[in-house]
Amino acid sequence: MKPIYFFLPLVCAFAIFSFRIYSTPIPNQPQFDENTLGQIAKGKLVYQKYNCQSCHQIYGLGGYLGPDLTNCMKEGRNGELLIKTLTQVGTTQMPSFPISESEMENLIAFFKALDQTGNSDPRHFIVSSNGMIAEHE
Amino acid sequence: MNKWETNFAKLFINTALLMLLAGILLGCLAAASYIWPGFLKQDLGFISLRPMHVSAVLFWILLGASGCVYFGLNQNLPNSINKHLALTQWALWIIAIMGIFFSYFQGKFGGREYWEFEPIWALPILAAWILFLIQFLVQARKMKNWPVYVWMWMTGILFFVFTFTENYLWLIPGFRKEIIGDLTIQWKANGSMVGSWNQILYGTSIFLMDKISGNNKTSTSKVAFFLYFLGFFNLLFNWGHHIYTLPTQPYIRPISYAVSMTEWVFFAKTIYTWKNQLSEAKKHFSFFPYRFLLATNFWVFLNLIQALFMSIPALNLYTHGTHITVAHAMGTTIGINTMIIFATAFMLYTNPCYNFLQGNKQLNRLFWLLQLGLLVFWVSLLGAGVEKGLWQMAESRGNFGDMMNHLRPWFIGFFIGGILLSIAIIGLALNLIWAYIFCRKYPEKEQELKPIE
Ligand code: HEC
Ligand code: HEM
Repeated sequence: MKPIYFFLPLVCAFAIFSFRIYSTPIPNQPQFDENTLGQIAKGKLVYQKYNCQSCHQIYGLGGYLGPDLTNCMKEGRNGELLIKTLTQVGTTQMPSFPISESEMENLIAFFKALDQTGNSDPRHFIVSSNGMIAEHE
Repeated sequence: MNKWETNFAKLFINTALLMLLAGILLGCLAAASYIWPGFLKQDLGFISLRPMHVSAVLFWILLGASGCVYFGLNQNLPNSINKHLALTQWALWIIAIMGIFFSYFQGKFGGREYWEFEPIWALPILAAWILFLIQFLVQARKMKNWPVYVWMWMTGILFFVFTFTENYLWLIPGFRKEIIGDLTIQWKANGSMVGSWNQILYGTSIFLMDKISGNNKTSTSKVAFFLYFLGFFNLLFNWGHHIYTLPTQPYIRPISYAVSMTEWVFFAKTIYTWKNQLSEAKKHFSFFPYRFLLATNFWVFLNLIQALFMSIPALNLYTHGTHITVAHAMGTTIGINTMIIFATAFMLYTNPCYNFLQGNKQLNRLFWLLQLGLLVFWVSLLGAGVEKGLWQMAESRGNFGDMMNHLRPWFIGFFIGGILLSIAIIGLALNLIWAYIFCRKYPEKEQELKPIE
């Protein structure tokens, strides 16, 4: 059989798979109003503009010099103050950033929303014997 | 044969070598932050050095892979490369590289992991790859019954264009609003993109093996095609193993787990062909291109075991977000991608004008230093990753800063390994560049390798 007869079906399957991923909303996600959604989209750009990702992770993805920030806004942590102070004064490793007030507002909105999307702590998963994992209810 | 044409392979490989030299220097500077916290923080700092390092070495791989394909095309179809297309492709790369490093130096970012530069500079890169795709298809159409490596090159180039574009969907605000959907697409694109340059480079290693062994048994066999399709299948569907812990579409996790596990076949194949390779190895060991391919096999073996274990979700809880992932990323990009490009570069510059290859003591030492340095580097990163993994899964976790302090001995090993392997890479790269310059001085002595019949 010619290789193209294997190649094309694989490409078609991939196209369908990709389209599904782009078009179906993720289940069990919080619903935000339009205003917040706009802030999220802008806040993510602030995160990118100041390159927080070179040291920090979101759901374990990113650079490795600093801690994961997915749930830095978790209740009882006073995350807003933490972000504002740390980005203003920096730490030994982390530089300070000239983030404007409106940028900060969007960045905070992004982190708040991010916290509500789930829990990045790997300890909350239940492991089954076939190696699979599932979210703890 | 037309000199000007082989020069495209040389042009791309030489440019790639310069990126490699810059990349390792920037890597060592970035790693210094692990040893001396806050290193150069006020000037460049880790925040700029990491993206500069990652961009430079990725460009080494992408330009190197392009050079490998040009080398192969020219061997299969002498005198047929479209010069204008190839030159424009190269010029677009140069524009992108200058723009990207200029903006990094100014502290301007705006992109995402691995592509942290301002997104505008992605345009010349994309355009260069589209031209490359056109060039490739025009040339490859002239060939009948493609050997497997031509399929792999086509797949790699085509899917690079696709995944690189997909990687920028976030520019559309609608995609960014869906935080989890956006992250899913980002790592879908990145995961498959790595698979696509791997297709180009694994294809190249098969092509080189053909040339070295003097027959095309490997590249036309059923097994080779089977493995190619298995690799392609993984490129398309295994990327979910990067995001097991992300609360995304529930079907992604089981699909990518199941698909990733099919890679045990590659593992079994490596073991199965081990003995054959050993006898062949004895025959060709003094030939540097072959030796780099052999080194590739060794690193494929180590990295594949690691990757297979990391792709089991239960173990991924420990390895995700730790330096085990960094060990995997650099273990594969250096141990596999870099070794294959070196193999091609040595092949390209092996000719009677500069035959520096057989029994050269200095090169021999550099080769082994590279392997040793990489081993120290890789093991240290693994060590740091295992400790962090245990920390992140421990019932009561200590403070992040204390944990990082605790990893210091591993980071020192990582730094030393990095310096060793940088010395080796500098030596090898200078040898290649010297061979290039030397042959240009005495062009009458240069004889090209014979094209494949
Ligand atoms: C050069 C690396 C680096 C960059 C860039 C960086 N950080 Fe940090 N950050 C760190 C490190 C390291 C820590 C841990 C504290 C320490 O030991 O210095 C930290 C800590 C934090 C914390 C506290 C986390 C916690 O849970 O205690 C927050 C919040 C934070 N950073 C936000 C940011 C934001 C927002 C940006 C981008 C504007 C950013 N960081 C960029 C290195 C960095
Ligand atoms: C050919 C050589 C090299 C290649 C192809 C390479 C490739 C890479 C890649 C792909 C990454 C991203 C890893 C990830 O995010 O998971 C990375 C990160 C990094 N590399 Fe390299 N690398 C090379 C050499 C070096 C050297 C010699 C050093 C010096 C010690 C170095 C230090 C680093 C550092 C510090 C990081 C950032 C890790 C972090 O986020 O903490 N690299 N490299």
